[in-house]
Amino acid sequence: MNSPLATLNKILTCSFVDGPGNRLVLFFQGCNLACSACHNPYTIGTCDHCGDCVPACDPGALTLQSNNVIFNPTLCDQCDACLTICPISASPMTTQFSVEDILALIRQHKPFLSGITVSGGEATMQSEFVKALFAAIKSDPELSDLTCFIDSNGMLDKTGWQYLLPVTDGVMLDIKSFATDLQKELTGHDNNAALDAAHVLLKAGKLYEIRYLLIPGKTDSTAELDQLVAFIQTLGLNTRVRLNAFQHHGVRGPALELDTMPKSGVDAVVELLADAGIHNVTTPAIYQ
Amino acid sequence: MPDIAEKLRKITNDPTLSPAQKAHYLAVEAENMLPYPELDADVQEALDNRIICDMLEGHAPYKPRYVLPDYNIVLQNGSDYLELPVPDNLDEAINTLMIAYHHVPSVTGLPVYLGDLDNLLLPFCDGVSDEALRRKIRLFWRYLDRTLPDAFMHANIGPSDNRVARAILEIDVELGQVAPNLTFLYDPDASTEDILRLATDNIVKCSKPHIANHPVHKATFDDRGYGIVSCYNALPVAGGSSTLTRINLKAVAELSESESHFLDDVLPRYMDMNFRLTETRISYLFEQSGFFDSFLVSEKWIDQDRFTAMYGIFAMAEAVNILQDKAGLEGRYGFDDRANDLGLRISKILSEAVEARPLKNTWRGRAMLHSQAGLSDDIEATPGIRIPYGIEPDPVSHVQALAPQHQYYPSGVSEILTIDETVKNNPEALYQLCKGALASGFREFTANVSSNDLVRVTGYMIRLSDVKKFNDQKGSRTNTTGLGAEAADLMGILDRKPRVVGHELSPGYS
Repeated sequence: MNSPLATLNKILTCSFVDGPGNRLVLFFQGCNLACSACHNPYTIGTCDHCGDCVPACDPGALTLQSNNVIFNPTLCDQCDACLTICPISASPMTTQFSVEDILALIRQHKPFLSGITVSGGEATMQSEFVKALFAAIKSDPELSDLTCFIDSNGMLDKTGWQYLLPVTDGVMLDIKSFATDLQKELTGHDNNAALDAAHVLLKAGKLYEIRYLLIPGKTDSTAELDQLVAFIQTLGLNTRVRLNAFQHHGVRGPALELDTMPKSGVDAVVELLADAGIHNVTTPAIYQ
Repeated sequence: MPDIAEKLRKITNDPTLSPAQKAHYLAVEAENMLPYPELDADVQEALDNRIICDMLEGHAPYKPRYVLPDYNIVLQNGSDYLELPVPDNLDEAINTLMIAYHHVPSVTGLPVYLGDLDNLLLPFCDGVSDEALRRKIRLFWRYLDRTLPDAFMHANIGPSDNRVARAILEIDVELGQVAPNLTFLYDPDASTEDILRLATDNIVKCSKPHIANHPVHKATFDDRGYGIVSCYNALPVAGGSSTLTRINLKAVAELSESESHFLDDVLPRYMDMNFRLTETRISYLFEQSGFFDSFLVSEKWIDQDRFTAMYGIFAMAEAVNILQDKAGLEGRYGFDDRANDLGLRISKILSEAVEARPLKNTWRGRAMLHSQAGLSDDIEATPGIRIPYGIEPDPVSHVQALAPQHQYYPSGVSEILTIDETVKNNPEALYQLCKGALASGFREFTANVSSNDLVRVTGYMIRLSDVKKFNDQKGSRTNTTGLGAEAADLMGILDRKPRVVGHELSPGYS
């Protein structure tokens, strides 16, 4: 059996914001939603080698060879001109890694790590790799105390979760919105699979937290928040809820016209949740 | 003497100083009106040019720089000289310590070591309820901060998990005071994970305590033990350090033509001069000052054979970068493997030279190498072996770049890791980072969480709100705020950047 490869946009060897403790985080390239408020939109698409970015690359880190865009990271000066010009919200600056590559990196940072998190993009679109990696971590006596987490948009179906959950310790799940038209506006899809995914994960004991992005005038309406409360009640009042506040960094296009979410707005939602008996809520440490 | 008279007048009339602070500065000026102990011409010139430095300890060393009494002695025997009976309950024990501290000098005149407080007080805690214990510690802590207001003053707790250590951690975070500074000695075999978590949770809230790698320090010292004092100096208990001198590695690199010239010729020359400076100062202290005729020696609180000499270096980062420039190499200290390796070779040479040089009137007959954490007027010279302010890599890369250095600095080395506020939602991350750093060989783990009012400057704590107040000319009750304010202005210390958030914002593999 060929060992799977992951197409990654970025690896962080030290993160305090992607699950419990200090974690190594893999950002997968490619997402099956196209959220207008995405903070890293260049991870959405998958490069189709159109070559539009090659002439935009001043340091010559990108070249076209046999109709493929080839990226040389040593020449890259991180000007991001290629990301701006890319017509499909992809990035040519991706690298392929084998499970062994990632295990080597984890071993190098092991004393500092509580675990690893796969994020993106949408990591579950590369499920085969995620499963192989997590299984390898679990079966290695030197690494098996690391927890394996997935940060997901919840588009994966039940069968998909059943494939991953035996080797997964926890999932952080994005709940984007509730009303169908708003869901369509925000994500490009009217499918709200994440709500079902939450129950699948809860039943398996693997729902670590749900995340909800507060966008003024969109996801903070009374109707949306009422549905959020009702939804959390179906999961249990102790569900860990992380409220994120929409900010402009990284965002492109029309979403820049939207207001950012101030601390006062987040605090009001915290109060609303508390009134409904939901207290396990984390809020942003910083607003910028 | 018109200049001196003018300076003394300025001190006496300074509206920002308390009478006690004035008395201290006047005493320093008076001491420095005496001629310096005689130095040879080369050493004098190097000292005048500040290539080597005596930390401005004064012209007539009449007390050791750091004194670490064995407080068990006074708690077990009382003191004839101080007319103190043997304490037999917790109130009496704390009261005995409170009195004892006022008789323990240091370079600043205030005590730098308060003892391994949990081990000292535990025998007196039978029958004392947790609530009573916390109340007594709270009053004790308030007393220390208000009467001995110097952040160099340091209490130790650990390595065991015990109720006094827990009460101290609880009260320390509750009060959020500058003084005393606090170190938890961590030993994976003797401490519990639980108490380490309590300690790292405190760091998240108030940047205190800092965590010492107990097994590593223990192996460096002997059965009478060691203490962590002042800016993370590890020194023998029942002794201390007579003096701290240091070499400005940046200045030495500037005088060198190349890496090999630096390593083979210029550095050894200045090392020798720094040894001579150290010898001169120790000889005055031991042979002329009469310090060791004190009751501290006759009652065995201290033993004059247990005083080391701290042999300091600083500005390693600048020295390495200058030598890299001279070799036409771009790699920077803290980031580049070759530059880091050069730093490591320099430390090895320093360490071997200190080990090879017999030194009269020092513990075990040798000085101890020290990564010196800076003076407030060091300009463009990074403390010790640290990575320059404001450009540090993420905390893990930071630790990994410097961990191999720590073996060479037995009398103290510390990095201040700046952690951004997101850790407040995830204190487990700081716990893990601390464990990783100690497992990697760090002798000390010290972190600042970026939004805390209480932050470390070079090694001591200041309150950011106090710095602001001091700069507004209102003066400060604590002696270290003045130093902190000066350092913050000159050194860009508060530029130290949090580095963990925001990576997701710069796409591309790096």
